[in-house]
Amino acid sequence: MELYFFLAKAIIILVIFGITLLIATYSTYAERKVAAFIQDRIGPNRAGPWGLLQPIADAGKMFFKEDFIPAKASKWLFIAGPSLAMITACLTSCVVPFGSTLDLRFLGIENLVPIQGIDVNIGILYVFGLVSLGVYGVMIGGWASNNKFSLLGAMRAASQNISYELAMSLSIIAIIMMTGSLSINQIVDDQDAFWKWNVFRQPVGFIIFIVCAFAECNRTPFDLPECETELIGGYHTEYSSMKLGFYLFAEYINMFVSSAVISALYFGGYHFPGESLLAGMLPADALGHNLLTMIGVGVFFGKILFFIFFFMWVRWTIARFRYDQLMNLGWKSLIPLSILNILVTGAVVLAWPKIESAFAFLN
Amino acid sequence: MEALTNRSKRVSNKKLSLGERLYLPAIVGGLGITIRHFFKKKVTIQYPEEQRPMSSVYRGLHVLKRDEQGRERCTACGLCAVACPAEAITMTASERKKGEEHLYREEKYAAVYEINMLRCIFCGLCEEACPKQAIYLQSDKLAPSFFSRTDVIYGKDRLVQSMETITSAKSVKSGLTTSDRYVDKVWKNGKY
Repeated sequence: MELYFFLAKAIIILVIFGITLLIATYSTYAERKVAAFIQDRIGPNRAGPWGLLQPIADAGKMFFKEDFIPAKASKWLFIAGPSLAMITACLTSCVVPFGSTLDLRFLGIENLVPIQGIDVNIGILYVFGLVSLGVYGVMIGGWASNNKFSLLGAMRAASQNISYELAMSLSIIAIIMMTGSLSINQIVDDQDAFWKWNVFRQPVGFIIFIVCAFAECNRTPFDLPECETELIGGYHTEYSSMKLGFYLFAEYINMFVSSAVISALYFGGYHFPGESLLAGMLPADALGHNLLTMIGVGVFFGKILFFIFFFMWVRWTIARFRYDQLMNLGWKSLIPLSILNILVTGAVVLAWPKIESAFAFLN
Repeated sequence: MEALTNRSKRVSNKKLSLGERLYLPAIVGGLGITIRHFFKKKVTIQYPEEQRPMSSVYRGLHVLKRDEQGRERCTACGLCAVACPAEAITMTASERKKGEEHLYREEKYAAVYEINMLRCIFCGLCEEACPKQAIYLQSDKLAPSFFSRTDVIYGKDRLVQSMETITSAKSVKSGLTTSDRYVDKVWKNGKY
């Protein structure tokens, strides 16, 4: 029943896409609430109960604003910028495994259906490829605006993203060496027990990765591309209406995807402590399997939401880096540190069989 | 140079230690501070639904009082106008006719009594100057905002106390109002 398999896959992809957009939408609301709470305020609470309709009101406002294109701007590129930012942001979530598999044999689907857009064996590379494409959205937008501040912001964004992508990729290599696979699925399945979570096996790599993730998402303390105080908004100075909305929205989607990737790579993805215990208690049929999968999905989303909160928490705590500090941190600290991490990890991975046999008497 | 006081602090230019240069301990400390604020009780007052209790000595919009029988207390002596540092008060005196005893307490009364609310600084000196306890600044009523210049001058039609309040409110000062009671309650409960 190939057709059913495709249908199930299509539904899963649509649901993931919808959830991505929904979470990104409500991240804007959460951002304002978190900011308010940290500053001893209450935040939006007028639109709907507890202000829950605020994102919709914001989107409505964005749509009704004048869609302005500056006279000297390069028109097509001006439109292409935010579109590219949005497209690349939306595409990234398709390789993230949101759960293990669904057993849909009662529908006649023989294979287990993974809760993932596409299970490619180069998942990590795909994510990094799209993340680096995201720079083009910013760069094109900033250049097409024909405005000095926009161009400066875009230049900053481009150089910042390129610098931190290096350290980010290098910090991932250590994980890839340990797992021996580029597939995110494999990396997640490698962390099927609590003590095997990569955050415990690769703490230095984790810190480098999360710092770089902040830089890639242009979040504080690395929000130099759009710092209002210096660049009047940076690359999106000239943007208005929903084009501006797309840029801002893409940032929240990126935040969601980064949180998902962080949880998948370092916090065991959809695995949770006590999973095997729970699996033993649930019936071994399709229902039990699906139930366990759904709990895993819930846990994964819990981890994602925590990291989204963490992004906001950090944003309202730390001040922005100066540009030379940013570059010093990226090139002089994080990259050497991640290379060192690779060397140490490589040595341990190579020596591991010998260490194991040396301590074999313990078992 | 010799220091004049011992209050000045010498700036330390010592090199940062490795722990300080790592940023991370300081960042974790900062995160701790912000998360504590996250769970703190919020001080926001939801304005239209909830109002900040006003002090019982607040000086708000003026009122020209009546006595217990509903007669206007003001005798148009002009002391309030003299006391007024902003020269906001003007009045025209008039003599009470026969048959008007139930309207005005004394033989003389203010036929016209006007306060220019743009000039008024709400200092309360008129209240202190008044020998007849006729003018008070209410503690529970703010002077409203104006949208035209003709609104600004308050005449007797808007200043004299309405007859309904005489029967209900009993107080030395402008009648004990709802907000006064609220303030008292709040203070007794120790909220402020």
